[in-house]
Amino acid sequence: MKIMNSFLTVLVMVLSAAPVFALDTIKLGVAGAHTGDLASYGIPSLNAARLVVADRNAKGGILGKQVDILAEDDVCKPEVAANVATKLVSQDVALVLGHICSGATKAALTLYKDAGKIIMSSSATNVELTKSGVYPNFFRTISPDDAQAMLQVEFAVNTLKVKKVAIVHDKGDYGKGLAEFAKGFFGKKGVPPVLFEGITPGAVDYSAIVQKIKSSGADAVVYGGYHPEAAKIISTMKKKKMKAVFISDDGVRDDTFIKVAGKYAEGVYATGPIDTSKNAMAIEAIEKHKKTYASDPGAFYLNAYAAAICLLEAIEKAGSTDSEAISKALRGTWFDTPLGKISFDERGDALGIGFAMYQVVKGRYAEVGK
Amino acid sequence: MEYFLELFFGGLTRGSIYALLALGYTMVYGIIQLINFAHGEIYMIGAFTALIAASALSMLGLDGWSLLAIAGLAAVIYSAAYGFTLEKIAYKPLRKAPRLSPLISAIGMSIFLQNYVLLAQTSDFLSFPALIDEFPFMEDVTIIRSSELVIISVTALSTALLTIFIKFTGIGKAMRAVAQDRIMAMLLGVKVDRVISVTFIIGSALAAVGGVLISSHVGQINFYIGFIAGIKAFTAAVLGGIGSLPGAVLGGLVLGWTESFATGYVSSDYEDVFAFGLLVFILICKPSGILGRSSAEKV
Repeated sequence: MKIMNSFLTVLVMVLSAAPVFALDTIKLGVAGAHTGDLASYGIPSLNAARLVVADRNAKGGILGKQVDILAEDDVCKPEVAANVATKLVSQDVALVLGHICSGATKAALTLYKDAGKIIMSSSATNVELTKSGVYPNFFRTISPDDAQAMLQVEFAVNTLKVKKVAIVHDKGDYGKGLAEFAKGFFGKKGVPPVLFEGITPGAVDYSAIVQKIKSSGADAVVYGGYHPEAAKIISTMKKKKMKAVFISDDGVRDDTFIKVAGKYAEGVYATGPIDTSKNAMAIEAIEKHKKTYASDPGAFYLNAYAAAICLLEAIEKAGSTDSEAISKALRGTWFDTPLGKISFDERGDALGIGFAMYQVVKGRYAEVGK
Repeated sequence: MEYFLELFFGGLTRGSIYALLALGYTMVYGIIQLINFAHGEIYMIGAFTALIAASALSMLGLDGWSLLAIAGLAAVIYSAAYGFTLEKIAYKPLRKAPRLSPLISAIGMSIFLQNYVLLAQTSDFLSFPALIDEFPFMEDVTIIRSSELVIISVTALSTALLTIFIKFTGIGKAMRAVAQDRIMAMLLGVKVDRVISVTFIIGSALAAVGGVLISSHVGQINFYIGFIAGIKAFTAAVLGGIGSLPGAVLGGLVLGWTESFATGYVSSDYEDVFAFGLLVFILICKPSGILGRSSAEKV
């Protein structure tokens, strides 16, 4: 019986492995958390890859070959991610879509780099992954953590010609993180902030900090945080007849902010995600997910969908699975995706995705720049 | 100098709100030795009542000072009713229980009222109309705004009225008597239950006044505003010496100024560090607070 069992096991292994070796296919690795408590971030990417690949295969595949998906679960743990990377490399995948979490991605990246494999993440936002310049094989279809701050600073310095800036945040992870990125970028642009301070969310009023901003002579205030405090600060500023412009983040790019701050919200700038809800490809991609999986797609679904399209198109464009040729294609082509027309810069960050600058005009947020 | 004055008046405004709330804490503590943790919620309910009343009244075409007066009055009456009921439901049955029981009951009422407003109204932030008009003669004044002036004046007036009430009326005398010795006052025919109810009504009315004024000043409210304001006002009451009325006002002002100047001259990151650092320092030097009397435990 035991012998029978092991024989069966071997047989199953051989059979299941057989197609991989037998047919000439292009292998696309999909790595991420597919089980565990972070699975809700990884599963949508896997679904997206499956849909894109099925679509492509139905149209005759790429370069005349069918595309095979090799899904590997890293449960968002760096140590597992390294094993997953080794496994995918040994199976000779052409490209990898993944990983999901920044930590796991970082752990796996070196292995892919050594093997000369290109990887594209739909959700790893850690700044260093691209900015460090260490990983030329890494691409992503999501904005890095500092993208909003970058946009705020560029807009303030280039468009608004701000000379003196005060940066205020709410001491939270989100608000303070953004404020610190903004501080760094302003410094690099030669406009060092005249004020950098945290406020206590929920305090009775903010007249003292507003007074301080006023006496600092700043002509712009960059606020990192959410809308309740932003509404209090901006209305206090306007009541004190201050002219400084107010620039904030997607925590403030919310209609509740306009409702609460009322007429004082007028003219406030805030960055927010580029609207994809009217993109025909996005609508179609979401419909497909609903039809195939009978549920709404989860987090980063469109990002992964776009990543899968870019990867497959790039192979087509490059005419081979050679990494050099593919990365050249990725950097030199504008792809049609559910996120809009996107391409990739030198460091692997996507161009054309992410955030836009909005301004409150007549009680509504209107886009004023990307 | 202008910067100093602006911070001074900013701190005075914030301190006035703390003072209005701290009076409620200190009065209740003086009479029944209870820290009424639901006091901040009464302040929040006052603000909500004023918002509802103001919305309804402005639909009827009212505006300006009459709107403020009527909305404020509605808030005061409604909050006072809440304070009265709160005491009857949550504290009176526990009057003979160990001291921890009413304290827990107070925390429970605080959570209950917050969630009640959350469910009955909304979890969102709401815009609060500016009920205090800008004075024409304040047009060119930059160091203080009209609404700040109103908040400071109303607080001063309320405190003065409260002092007169406590000093010269019969019920005021009864309150002082109960504060000194409840059992003796009872033996001498003071209606202790009535005195306690009046204390809650007055404290709640003052909290409502504070809630309406500050909401109109900052322009927004939600169900959670009472929590932080309550904690700060309680700190102010302890700072000034809990049980002492002038102490509560002084504590509120000192706390407001400390926060304002700490933000203005050091950093708003350390606003709370300075506020609570001061509290610790004063309690080390004077354990019963700035104006608190260190009385021997009654036997």
